[in-house]
Amino acid sequence: MSKENFEEALEKLEDIVRRMEAGEMSLEESLKAFEEGIRLSRFCAKKLDEADRRVDLLLRQEGELVVKPFAGEQSDSE
Amino acid sequence: MDRGNLKEILTVSALNDRIKTLLEEGFALVWVEGEVSNLRRPASGHVYFTLKDAKSQIRAVIFRTPFGRGGNRGALFEIEDGMSIVCRARLTVYPPRGEYQMIIDAVEPKGLGALQKAFEQLKARLEAEGLFDQNRKKNLPFLPAGIGVVTSPTGAVIRDILTVTRRRFPSVNILIVPVRVQGEDAPAEIVQALGDLQIAQHIDVIILARGGGSLEDLAPFNDEEVARAIARSRIPVISAVGHETDFTIADFTADLRAATPSAAAELAVPSRPELMETLETLHLRLLRCHRREAGKLREEVLELSGRLKDPKRRLADIRIALDDNVDRLRTTLAHLREIRRKEWTHLVVRLEHQTPRSWIAEKLRHLENLGKILVAERARLSDQKRNRLRSLAALLDSLSPLAVLGRGYSITRRLPDGAILRRAGEYTVGQEIGIRLASGGLHARITDILSEAFMTGSLPKER
Repeated sequence: MSKENFEEALEKLEDIVRRMEAGEMSLEESLKAFEEGIRLSRFCAKKLDEADRRVDLLLRQEGELVVKPFAGEQSDSE
Repeated sequence: MDRGNLKEILTVSALNDRIKTLLEEGFALVWVEGEVSNLRRPASGHVYFTLKDAKSQIRAVIFRTPFGRGGNRGALFEIEDGMSIVCRARLTVYPPRGEYQMIIDAVEPKGLGALQKAFEQLKARLEAEGLFDQNRKKNLPFLPAGIGVVTSPTGAVIRDILTVTRRRFPSVNILIVPVRVQGEDAPAEIVQALGDLQIAQHIDVIILARGGGSLEDLAPFNDEEVARAIARSRIPVISAVGHETDFTIADFTADLRAATPSAAAELAVPSRPELMETLETLHLRLLRCHRREAGKLREEVLELSGRLKDPKRRLADIRIALDDNVDRLRTTLAHLREIRRKEWTHLVVRLEHQTPRSWIAEKLRHLENLGKILVAERARLSDQKRNRLRSLAALLDSLSPLAVLGRGYSITRRLPDGAILRRAGEYTVGQEIGIRLASGGLHARITDILSEAFMTGSLPKER
């Protein structure tokens, strides 16, 4: 997931909606803005629909960093 | 008092009353230090214990009402058997049992004073250094790809963080760096963990967390090296150490301080349900805008096309208007003419009233009448005259000597003059006379003259 993209997309979408609501766009601008808004909205929705996550442990073993799955994750999924 | 011992005999109640007065007035505020023992916590919530030192002891009670350091109730529960404390108290006597005890209204674990002092000194130093400055604080990412959690891998803290992050945003990865959070080794482990997270992949925010504990328990989070590690972190750090009211150096240094580990988790990730709602609202607003825009456009086109007119139609309009105007002109003219005609008629009528013709006619009629009257009158007059003439003629006739002559009379006239002489004497004998008879006449001569006397009584002699 690209966090920047999600946040930026949401901000852009908000900005587009605000500007469209203010009615300060030309026809062509508003059509473009609408298309862009729909695209951003779909993008954000897709990001929000992602539901899987990893819970790992970051450990040092003999001076090396190792990532291992966290066994306790099941306990929070109830 | 001395005399009282000798002479005055007190009841137990009176004695205890005096002792109560003495003790309660004499020890209204004392500071006492000692060790806690025989600690009891009855259901009332008050805390009863004995405070002792090597040689002596005194009963003590802490009522449940809030008190102590900033009203921190947490301190109350930290009191345990064997703990050394410093407390502020007043003495009270309980006459039914003849016992006295301390009512404690403020308490501090003994030794904390030094720790507290060290804490204050470090805090002041780091603050002067600018480690706590607001402009050093990094902004939290809106939606982190991953969260590094520095805490104990067991217990409620990590469980709370995992639960809250899953609930709020189930797709954010969690990387736990297990550390000891109390004890001598804790600071070094925390420093190492924070350092390791700097080179881990896709970590956008770090939560440094620990559950509640005594101030000694929280010591690693008041460690200078830990504070500097937090300050060094290029990744924003949220601290969630101890209870809501416990502030540690780590809290001051962190980019954001959360009251609890759960709160830290909430600060670290946005709420997915809320975001979805936001997104849905934005989406709806976008659609509504678009519909409105399109509708407005359609209306505009309709309106403009309605205003766009064929010049032929305009010409036709002008023609119609022209016709209309001509018609109206005609009507107006006809109307004017009618008005003039009426005026004229009116004038004629008035003129007629003024004409002499009737006057003349009348005069003529009058004249005619007069003529008729004249004729009638003349006829009448002539009739009258004729009648009169007739009657006069008749009268004349009757008066005519001829008529008399008819009756035998005659008229004698002297000749030649023809004068009628009425006396015999006027005549002479021999005179010629003319006699007029009823029919014809005579011519004669007088032969004799006779007097009047002779005539009377005698009938004239016929001749």
